[in-house]
Amino acid sequence: MSKQHITTTINGEPMEFLAEPHMALLDILRDEMHLTGSKEGCGSGDCGACSVIMDGRVVCSCLVLGVEAEGAEITTIEGIANGEDLHPVQRKFLEHAALQCGFCTPGLIVATKALLDRNPDPTETEARYWLAGNLCRCTGYDKIIRAVMDAAAEMRGA
Amino acid sequence: MTYLNKADLKVVGTRPIRPDGVDKVTGRAVFGADQALPGMLIAKLLRSPHAHAKIISIDASKALALKGVKAVVSAEDFPNIPSEEAFVGEGPMNFRDLSRNVMARDKVLYHGHAVAAVAATTAEIADAALALIEVKYEVLPFVIDVEAAMAPDAPVLHDDIFTTGVEPKPTVASNVTKRVQFALGDVDAGFAEADVIVEGRYTTQPVHQAYIEPHACVVSVNADGQANIYSSSQGHFMVRAYCAKLLGMELSNIRAMPSEIGGGFGGKTLVYLEPVAMLLSKKTGRAVKMVMTREDVFRATGPTSGGVIEVKIGAKKDGTIVAAEAVLKYQAGAFPGSPVQPGCMTCFAMYDLKNVKITGYDVVSNRPKVAAYRAPGAPISTFGTECAMDDLARKLGMDPIELRLKNAAKDGTKAAYGPTLQNIGYIQTLEAAKAHPHYSAPLGPNQGRGVASGFWFNIGGESSGSVHVNEDGSVSIVTGSPDIGGSRASMAMMCAEVLGIPMERVRPVVGDTATIGFTHLTGGSRVTFATGMAVTQAAEKVRDELKVRAAKIWDIPPEAVDWRDGMAVPAGANAGGFDPLSLADIAIKAAKTGGPIISEVSVNAQGAGPGFATHICDVEVDPETGFTTVLRYTAIQDVGRAIHPSYVEGQIQGGAVQGIGWALNEEYIYNAKGELDNPGFLDYRVPVASDLPMVEAVMIEVPNPRHPFGAKGVGEVPIVPPMATIGNAIRSATGMRMAHLPISPPKLRAAFDAR
Repeated sequence: MSKQHITTTINGEPMEFLAEPHMALLDILRDEMHLTGSKEGCGSGDCGACSVIMDGRVVCSCLVLGVEAEGAEITTIEGIANGEDLHPVQRKFLEHAALQCGFCTPGLIVATKALLDRNPDPTETEARYWLAGNLCRCTGYDKIIRAVMDAAAEMRGA
Repeated sequence: MTYLNKADLKVVGTRPIRPDGVDKVTGRAVFGADQALPGMLIAKLLRSPHAHAKIISIDASKALALKGVKAVVSAEDFPNIPSEEAFVGEGPMNFRDLSRNVMARDKVLYHGHAVAAVAATTAEIADAALALIEVKYEVLPFVIDVEAAMAPDAPVLHDDIFTTGVEPKPTVASNVTKRVQFALGDVDAGFAEADVIVEGRYTTQPVHQAYIEPHACVVSVNADGQANIYSSSQGHFMVRAYCAKLLGMELSNIRAMPSEIGGGFGGKTLVYLEPVAMLLSKKTGRAVKMVMTREDVFRATGPTSGGVIEVKIGAKKDGTIVAAEAVLKYQAGAFPGSPVQPGCMTCFAMYDLKNVKITGYDVVSNRPKVAAYRAPGAPISTFGTECAMDDLARKLGMDPIELRLKNAAKDGTKAAYGPTLQNIGYIQTLEAAKAHPHYSAPLGPNQGRGVASGFWFNIGGESSGSVHVNEDGSVSIVTGSPDIGGSRASMAMMCAEVLGIPMERVRPVVGDTATIGFTHLTGGSRVTFATGMAVTQAAEKVRDELKVRAAKIWDIPPEAVDWRDGMAVPAGANAGGFDPLSLADIAIKAAKTGGPIISEVSVNAQGAGPGFATHICDVEVDPETGFTTVLRYTAIQDVGRAIHPSYVEGQIQGGAVQGIGWALNEEYIYNAKGELDNPGFLDYRVPVASDLPMVEAVMIEVPNPRHPFGAKGVGEVPIVPPMATIGNAIRSATGMRMAHLPISPPKLRAAFDAR
């Protein structure tokens, strides 16, 4: 099958790539763009380690075809910090020790940013349900949820 | 020197940002599958479609004819390894069995067992090639369940297994590989004295470690036989040792590099992919990458055993236990080596018992070979014994914490498995549980509260650490311990404390097998204890050397120099009036005073203090659906000394939640063909954020005097109490003793219906 030429925006930069129609966006990001911060934990949309923001929605990039990125705006974990300045969510994950192995962390941070973009003042229950698609096997989620709530408060200026 | 007085500590006990943190929140940390080498091939495994079958033939000619396919290997390409016990990973393993688990030889023993591997220029070509490999099987009867596998008429997996530990030695091969027994006193006499006896039969299902990162490696074997391995594991020295043995190579020809590891929990203490990738690399002269799918991870790695636990406990009316007995039957998977022995050793270790007998059976069946999982063996057996303790408290009309206090192990208690316990904090966890507001909070309708305790040995062992003073007075640390949960932070903190400098001036890295001395893998809750001991000793040697260098600069004897707050100072008025010298002052003059200032220390650390934990949980059970909601969870643990309290709490919270999953949802489900029916995160349901409340971790600190800072292992014991804690809470909420895990909604609903 011939490859298709795709023009897209990744982390604010115009990007182009060639993709066979069956290729997942995750594989394009990791293997073609060398953006290996998005992880593959399952390949079936169950673990959320590959979460990216696509046109304002958080998606599992393992379930999105590369060709669907045509004309889209995509934010990956590599695009969350502003240069040397960490995003408040990243900073709060560090301050609260909300990671152990760190493998699920990129997906959780991307998903949290998407949550706070949409809902700056989530309840703990809302945060827990929003992040229910992002598996973490190390932490038991306690410190993750604390980091999310604290980041939300800081971003609101509370 | 020790640092046991908490009030003197400036760095240890604080909560700094971990040194590898920014890499991990920005996506820059390099995990197993993130690595690539120039010109690398992609390799994939062909796996058995049968639970048990003889391999008649493997024909790879069509696959090899496919353009882009560079090599195919099967067992005949590997050395045929003789039986030899290995002491490399965590838990028992035999090199022959490991070799045959990596690549099936003569027989496939479970659905998903690897039978051949292909290396090709792309993943798509490798997949296409797998479909072209023709394997002829003679399908054999299989057995999945542990007790069915013990039956006299069960299909036998290995014709050379004759149960050990029974007299007379059997003459017929069976699936029962061994019988072990631990005993103290006389249980028959003990039961004769008992006023009250409880008995129960409990079962647990195999559960997977379910680390989110699938196994992955990139390897390259050069024409001269030297090889590099980049892989995700709990121990790169373990990877090197297993690969060398399975492939007949010298250790010095293999350099194993640790990638960041995306969770292990015991499941990455052995090899699956690396030896296969090495052989393919050798055959093709190209680097080879292999990454498992999630389905591969479920079908062919881990899990831990499922088990049957029969318990009998007898007590006097006042609660004094006079006899305790347990029989454990553990699934080992396709090859011998379940954690039944530690299961036996741990299940009554919380109690000071005069008469106790525990018997264990290790049983093979047509399932993937079990791997270590957090406190291997203990959660299974302790589920049974701690549910029985709860029933005993009920029968006696006693508070379950009071019953445990009455019988609790304390300093000087002789455990059934041999040692006399010292410096333990079990009673302190019980007292803290009793005093915690959680224990006396009111409960609503359909709600219940459970309590249970757990024990884990913790280990020490071989570790190496080096400390280098850089030219500007900053400090670098190298250890051989892969960092799964923040251990780099602990290493830097202990070193900073010894040197009297801020933790941010100490940067730790994990060295590869050629850059740091031998270090046993990250497991057994050993890294903070053993590697921490090596790093502390190395830092002390560096501190002593810094004093020697200051003495040279001042031209006074080294004994006349003290080290205070990161500075060399004259020890007293007689030493002379010199301005303090900082680490940087001394470092910059190192060339003139004797050269670089470094130290590397290797230890075989002994004296790891055992861990004890007591958990409290409130649940609400919905009688309509059988769904159990965890309302509140408090986990209390003796941690010795928390080096970085946040990461200690994290271990406690993470362990407790894995236990909640084990108790309520997780299980391997087999169909009638002997295939695992739920090899994915949709159907094998680990706890998600919306399933849980906050988990309160309460740290009790009874320092371990055998460690310079008093540290005890903390990672494993928190997974021991949760299953019984939840079972006991459900018993309290419903009046029903749910003895079979997981206590999933269909099972609980059926129990309501049957009532």
